[in-house]
Amino acid sequence: MTMAQTAGTARSFAKGEEIIQCRGVHKWYGEFHVLKNIDLSVAKGERIVICGPSGSGKSTMIRCLNRLEEHQKGSIVVDGIELTGNLKNIELVRREVGMVFQHFNLFPHLTVLENCTLAPIWVRKKPKAEAEELAMRYLRRVRIAEQAHKYPGQLSGGQQQRVAIARSLCMSPKVMLFDEPTSALDPEMVKEVLDVMIGLAEDGMTMLCVTHEMGFAKSVADRVIFMDRGEIVEQNTPNEFFNNPQSDRTRLFLSQILNH
Amino acid sequence: MTDNVHTGSIPDERPPANTVGPVAWLRNNLFNTWYNALLTILIAWLLVKAIPPLLDWLIFSANSFGTPPQVCRQQGGACWTFVSEKLRFVMFGTFPYDEQWRPLVTIVIIIALVLMSCDRRFWKPWLGLMWVGGLTAVGVLMWGGVLGLTYVENTLWGGLPLTLMLSVIGLSVAFPASILLALGRRSQLPAIRVMSVTYIELIRGVPLISLLFMASVMFPLFLPTGVNFDKLLRAQIAFIMFAAAYMAEAIRGGLQAIPKGQYEAADALGLNYWQAMRKIILPQALAISIPPLVNTFISFFKDTSLVIIIGLYDLLGTAKAALSDPAWRGFYREAYLFIGVIYWVFCYSMSKYSQKLERDLRRGHRR
Repeated sequence: MTMAQTAGTARSFAKGEEIIQCRGVHKWYGEFHVLKNIDLSVAKGERIVICGPSGSGKSTMIRCLNRLEEHQKGSIVVDGIELTGNLKNIELVRREVGMVFQHFNLFPHLTVLENCTLAPIWVRKKPKAEAEELAMRYLRRVRIAEQAHKYPGQLSGGQQQRVAIARSLCMSPKVMLFDEPTSALDPEMVKEVLDVMIGLAEDGMTMLCVTHEMGFAKSVADRVIFMDRGEIVEQNTPNEFFNNPQSDRTRLFLSQILNH
Repeated sequence: MTDNVHTGSIPDERPPANTVGPVAWLRNNLFNTWYNALLTILIAWLLVKAIPPLLDWLIFSANSFGTPPQVCRQQGGACWTFVSEKLRFVMFGTFPYDEQWRPLVTIVIIIALVLMSCDRRFWKPWLGLMWVGGLTAVGVLMWGGVLGLTYVENTLWGGLPLTLMLSVIGLSVAFPASILLALGRRSQLPAIRVMSVTYIELIRGVPLISLLFMASVMFPLFLPTGVNFDKLLRAQIAFIMFAAAYMAEAIRGGLQAIPKGQYEAADALGLNYWQAMRKIILPQALAISIPPLVNTFISFFKDTSLVIIIGLYDLLGTAKAALSDPAWRGFYREAYLFIGVIYWVFCYSMSKYSQKLERDLRRGHRR
């Protein structure tokens, strides 16, 4: 498959109003070319799973979308705002883009509830009572409301990740980014987190998820993106992607992760 | 198959007798190897030799309060009359005798402010106002000249109020300054980083004594003639500058221990730099920095005694001055022991409080 074809399919996928547009995005770590000519459009409500071998740039790509990483070439527009060095714009984009990390990154010195109310109070300037009410609603939704006054260190990994999801949701984001949300979890806790994510998808949240959970990709995603060595190699509906992969690299990757 | 399954439970048993109890403790801690046994015996012998004469001097042969110095000299043993006789001079220095209630109230106010600040329930904005009010009251009491209080020049100040003012005001100004320096040293803005690094490395590379000398001798040379800058204030500024550089490094250690994920999570939620620092990074970094910070606090509390070299009489200075009274010459053991105890009480309280604070802060997020 040529780059032109992948770029073409990228545009044809996003139907309806676009919320993220990446055009010719490149990124280097020093001499290392980590992202190569990324073209990606995401429509509102779209659920995208990004997979690929480690070091393929998938985490780097979604981290560019809220400017945790800086791209050096091309343009990224999120919710109508282009990400440049402008700090105000970066903060505006980050308010609308929630992120869930592999290692949860909860604030250990704050309770679960305080973790959830911090950004609404300080960034959205909500009154404390309102922020707490909102937080409790999302904590109930991820089924962890009864732990609201505990500290993150007292919870299991799966519980912490669910709190992290609730914390992001409290900012009422338009897009959620998931960076390998289940990779650091013990196997028996993966399901509780995936269930929360499936629930979110069903409610119409725009999601980009880097994950190795192919079952999740098959059942939830509108589109699966395969990255290798810094480029988007192939993207397709889950059905086509898994049953009829186009490129050799995709076939090799699928054979490695599915046949064991 | 049944051999592989254990039904029922094994009852709890007591540990073997030779692993618990005082005998086991002695064996494990004092006599576990031949060289530890030897050290234990040696130390026990030294204690037996040292403690009885010490107690004898301190208590049994000591002359009680009121014994005149001549009698003390003949009898041997500690002469506690020195302390009772010289107490007010050691505590308040050359502050006018009839007005010495003023430095006494000053001591009470400063200690009250510090104690209040120790309670986390009081960590509210109004505590800052209490400090402003308290320190204003201290200024009024010490200087006077208003409200019917006679004016007392600050060259007459001395003793414990001076020690407390230099250290408490010094550390409370140096602490926020050190946070800014530590953040500056890790800033992504090159100018701020270079300035912070230069400041910290310059000040840390110079002994405190030379900084005090510079403040008292060299600094006036740069001022236009006629402009006279108070000596006490100069010493105070030298202290603040020095303490800030040291504490900045302690805090930087804490900042470096915070995982990158905490910064990223704060960024991803849309918090700006100062919000992220104030709400996420500093509370964790400062909690980690408590042991090195308290170390700095304690050493600076004691280092205030160096102001004696520029002619200010802090607690150590007044004790030395009291010893120069011909009638009381030679009672240096009593004098140094007395102020040593005062210093120790303050330093040990700081240490104890910091341990409590560490426990409180850790309790929340312990796994």
